[in-house]
Parts: sequence; C-alpha cells; structure tokens
Amino acid sequence: MIAGLAFYAFAGVLIASAVMVVTSRNPVHSVLYLILAFFNAAALFLIAGAEFLAMILVIVYVGAVAVLFLFVVMMLDIDFTQLREGFQRYAPIGAVIGGILFLELVFVLGAWQSSGQSEGLRLHPVQEGVQNTAAIGRVLYTDYIFLFQGAGLILLVAMIGAIVLTHRDRLRSRRQDIGVQVSRRTQLDMASVPLGASIGELGILRPLPPEEEKPKAVAHDDHGHGGHH
Amino acid sequence: MLEIGLGHYLTVGAILFVLGIFGIFLNRKNIIVILMSLELILLSVNLNLVAFSANLGDLTGQIFSMFILTVAAAEAAIGLAIVVIYFRNRGTIEVEDVSTLKG
Repeated sequence: MIAGLAFYAFAGVLIASAVMVVTSRNPVHSVLYLILAFFNAAALFLIAGAEFLAMILVIVYVGAVAVLFLFVVMMLDIDFTQLREGFQRYAPIGAVIGGILFLELVFVLGAWQSSGQSEGLRLHPVQEGVQNTAAIGRVLYTDYIFLFQGAGLILLVAMIGAIVLTHRDRLRSRRQDIGVQVSRRTQLDMASVPLGASIGELGILRPLPPEEEKPKAVAHDDHGHGGHH
Repeated sequence: MLEIGLGHYLTVGAILFVLGIFGIFLNRKNIIVILMSLELILLSVNLNLVAFSANLGDLTGQIFSMFILTVAAAEAAIGLAIVVIYFRNRGTIEVEDVSTLKG
C-alpha cells in the first residue's frame, strides 16, 4: 500500500523531471532536473529491492556524472538561445517517432509473458537472509570477475582519454630537455690534477656564456627645461 | 492497482526511453542536452533490468545494470571531453556544424 503510493509518487516525479530535462530552455536547469530524475530513479530501485544499485546511482550519477555535466555547461560560454533554433521544427517528427516507438513498446509489453520454467532458469537466485550488497559481491567477484576487471579497464581508458583530449601544453613551463643537457659541451677530456692547484692555474675553466647585452643607461638630460641645479 | 508489479516498472522504463529519444530529436543542435537524453535512455534500461531482477529473484540483472552504469559514466566523461575540445577549437557546439571529417 505505502510502497504502491511511493512508487506512483516517485515515478511521476521521475517522468516529469525527464520531460523537463528535454524541454527546458536553460541547460543548467536541464542538468538540475536530471539530478532530480536520478534521485527518483534511485528511489524506484530501492522499492524494487536493489539497495546497492540505488546507492551507486546516487553516488556515481548524481555525484560524478551530473556534476560533470554541470561543470561543462557552466564552463562553456555558449549562446543557448541560438542553439534552440529549429526547436519547433524538429518537435513534430520527434513526437511521431517517439509515439511509434512507444506503441511498439506497448505491444511488446502486452504480448509478453514469462516462461513457466523461469524459476529454474535463474543464474543467481536471491538467497534468503543475505543482504543485497553481500549477495552482489558474492556473485560479482566470483562469476563475473573478468567482466568486473574489464569494467575497470574501460574506466581507466576513459580517464586517460579524457585527460589526453583536454590536456593543453603550457608553452611557458620550464621542463627538462635532455638533448640540450647532453650536448652542452662538445668535448670532454681528462686531466691529471696536481694536488693543491687551483682551477685557475690549470686553465680548465669553462668558457663563460656570452654576456647579455645590458640595457644602455639612460642619459640624463640636465640641460632641459628647468631642472634643479 | 496499488500492488506494484513488473508491468508498472516496464511502463515507466518505456516512457523514460521514449522521452530520451524525443529529447534527441528536440535538441538536435545542443549536444550537451543530447548527451543528457542518452543518460535518460540508459537509466530506463537500468530500470528494466532491475525490475526483471526483482521480479524473477535473479541477481544477474543487477550485476549487468552495474556494468551499464560503468559504461555510461565512461561515455559521459569522453563525450564531455570531446565537447570541451570542440568548443575550444571552434567556439560553438552546434552539432550541424560538425563537418570537419566530412561525415
């Protein structure tokens, strides 16, 4: 009873916020409605009994993805009113295709029924007395360990890719140039150095770098108009 | 009516999916909103997987939902990075102007 009412409330807010995401004038509002949609989807997950996924949804989507969207929307200086040209032009065809798709989905849902043997076909039945998180961990780290590590690899590739794509070289930064360092002196020689001799006596001083041209001293013009004597 | 079954979840997922498709058509120029619509579509898929998982008492749906979540996060990061460098180079993010690759 309570769960039913809660389902309708969360589903209603979810769909309403999804509508606002796609029709909102300001993309910042779109992102905020997207965050609201994610929260409501997490609540629906909770009602369905997937507690771990609900928390992951809140942490990953709201905490990372939606905030990333928010950063990008606010960082780019875009004329969003200009981007909305053709909004009315594309709305009818979008509505037609969306309507057709929805009708097809309704047909599928209406004609679909689960097999009578579906009880025996389950891969990982939910065990009584095991929490959702523990049950997922037991399955994820045993049967799906390669998929799990593949997911980690995908995240690594995404991280490196995003850094490589958006990284900008700073021209002014001083960095080590090994080639210049190695080719600094053209010849190296060994010398037997008598004890107590200074570098000046031996004549192995390095040549000093050429002096930079000093700025010329500004000539003071005392003969000008009314300087102090 | 107040008993929540599989059909309710599938209906919500279908509506969310259609809204995501509709959003792609509606915001054909703004690639950021297109990416957000993509997130909505992936969310509806996750909702369906979780609903079937709860209905059948099978954990596999939740596992795969988690992998979809991972891939969606990676896709959002890469997509937004591409948007940022495109904006840096061209000064706009209009999708219809993206023709450098003659696509």
